[in-house]
Amino acid sequence: MTFLLRRLAGLAVVLVVASFLVYGLLYLVPGGPMAFLLGNRSGTPEQIAAIREQYRLDDPFLVRYLAWLGDALQGDFGTSLVYRQDVSALLGARSTTTALLVAYATVVIVAVGVAAGTLAGLRPGRADAVISALASAALAVPTFVIGVLLVIVLALGLGWFPVFGPGEGFLGRLHHLTLPAITLSLGSAAFLARITRASVREELGREHVETARSRGLAERHVVRRHVLRNASIPVVTVTGLTVASLLAGSVVVENVFALDGLGSLFVRAILQRDFAVVQAVVLVLVTAFVLVNLVVDLCCKALDPRLSR
Amino acid sequence: MTATDALKARRTLRLPRTAPALRRLGPLGVVAAALLAAVTLTTLLAPVLAPYDPDRPDLFNALAGASPEHLLGGDALGRDVLSRLMWGARTTLSGPLLIIFLSTTIGTTLAITAAWAGGKVDAVVSRLLDVLFAVPGIVFALVAVAVLGPGVPGVVLGLTIAYTPYVARVVRSAALRERQLPYIAAAWVQGRSAVGICVRHLLPNLRPLIIAQSVSALGFAVIDLAAISFLGLGVQPPTADWGLMVKSGLDSATRGQPLEALGAGLLIALVVAAVNVLGDRIGRQEGELR
Repeated sequence: MTFLLRRLAGLAVVLVVASFLVYGLLYLVPGGPMAFLLGNRSGTPEQIAAIREQYRLDDPFLVRYLAWLGDALQGDFGTSLVYRQDVSALLGARSTTTALLVAYATVVIVAVGVAAGTLAGLRPGRADAVISALASAALAVPTFVIGVLLVIVLALGLGWFPVFGPGEGFLGRLHHLTLPAITLSLGSAAFLARITRASVREELGREHVETARSRGLAERHVVRRHVLRNASIPVVTVTGLTVASLLAGSVVVENVFALDGLGSLFVRAILQRDFAVVQAVVLVLVTAFVLVNLVVDLCCKALDPRLSR
Repeated sequence: MTATDALKARRTLRLPRTAPALRRLGPLGVVAAALLAAVTLTTLLAPVLAPYDPDRPDLFNALAGASPEHLLGGDALGRDVLSRLMWGARTTLSGPLLIIFLSTTIGTTLAITAAWAGGKVDAVVSRLLDVLFAVPGIVFALVAVAVLGPGVPGVVLGLTIAYTPYVARVVRSAALRERQLPYIAAAWVQGRSAVGICVRHLLPNLRPLIIAQSVSALGFAVIDLAAISFLGLGVQPPTADWGLMVKSGLDSATRGQPLEALGAGLLIALVVAAVNVLGDRIGRQEGELR
């Protein structure tokens, strides 16, 4: 219980620091907040006064930060300068796309990574060599390069998948999300396969496995109950950390496939200097990242009671 | 010639330092090192080697496929893809090198200060690192770009901040271990200053670890910078850069010319793989030394 409280306190500190930095950044922009609030207009003195009034730029910094934070906690991130729309409305629809993509990729990572890693761990020799080589290759190729390769080969070349866009209906969306999800998951699946292989190997050499074998238990039983169960702990940890990093990876993948998610909104907002959106997306990404990490820690404690001692 | 003479001759023939180093790298390590050397030489000699001016558009060559004149065809503006690939390694490699240099310097300084001072200083530095770890690295770079505007300086700043905690964590734990060893106490008893001990004794002993850590981080830096350039937020057109070429190449590929994207993507992957192999080999040697 104290562990949970301590983690929650740490989480709150990280979020407060992050929100403060994210808000303070506005004032580090060359020219200050007026520079992007005015955009490309030069602005008459009346317009400037109106903007200062609207954004309360004459209040002290801390007062404005607290007001912004209070609004943000209630889900109000202000208005986008480019879209002339509530930022929270912009975020809502796009979060679904990103969440779907990350979830799809997670399924692929766990399925492929654990299966390949277990196979490589249990079958030294050719299967192991092939899987290890593939994993090294997948780890060296950057996500966006994998994405572009898949587009060129599977979408443009063979025509199996649509190139860009979100798709219609649930199945359509899934079909459209397949290439992005594979792109997002390959590197992490390779990493997970390596971890799984190493931890299966380690368990295979343990004394309790030796003992189980010498007692004449069936190999299938030894592998399932003695090797895989113990090997699963590091695998769960790494899976969790991987899911957190997928949030950052989705920024790149969404841009490769022109998906309308948080990541592509983020990049567009940076290019258009739409600061309210930038702040909101950063805050959402950091929050999600920190929360996923917390959940992973809790899961590990549940799996391995030794940790909470 | 007696047997001892022959032995002497063989000894003098053997290259004194490079040969054992090469042997320790193993065959794959040598291939990786040779690949990196070739890429570096090619891009340094690009003004001489490149068949065309990388920035000169040629409408007759726009989106053209491979031909004897243009071995890898042309991009959307008809610029020669092969020439652009030769020039492109400059930004793709120099940016990550700068990021690794800065983050290693800052991270090592922070780590050694924290490990040496201990107590409150160590606690503050460790908490700061924890907060930095709580945010995914690429987000730092994107936020820095949002403030400073798209371009290399913002990305270098952001990725340096993102990479520093990784260096600091590794170096700090090693420095803490090293501090307990008798040679540090011996130097201290001799009346050496703290800074003198850190620079003269501690740092040289940590060097293999720091080098191994930097090389493996370099692969990630190449990927991150290229990815941000791909997003249009890093290196800016019309510079020939591999990350940017994958982006413009994706567009060309939908219009039937995939060579630009394939060439740039393949080169990035090869360079990252080579850096990873080297980092792996150097890290293993470092492990054997301990």
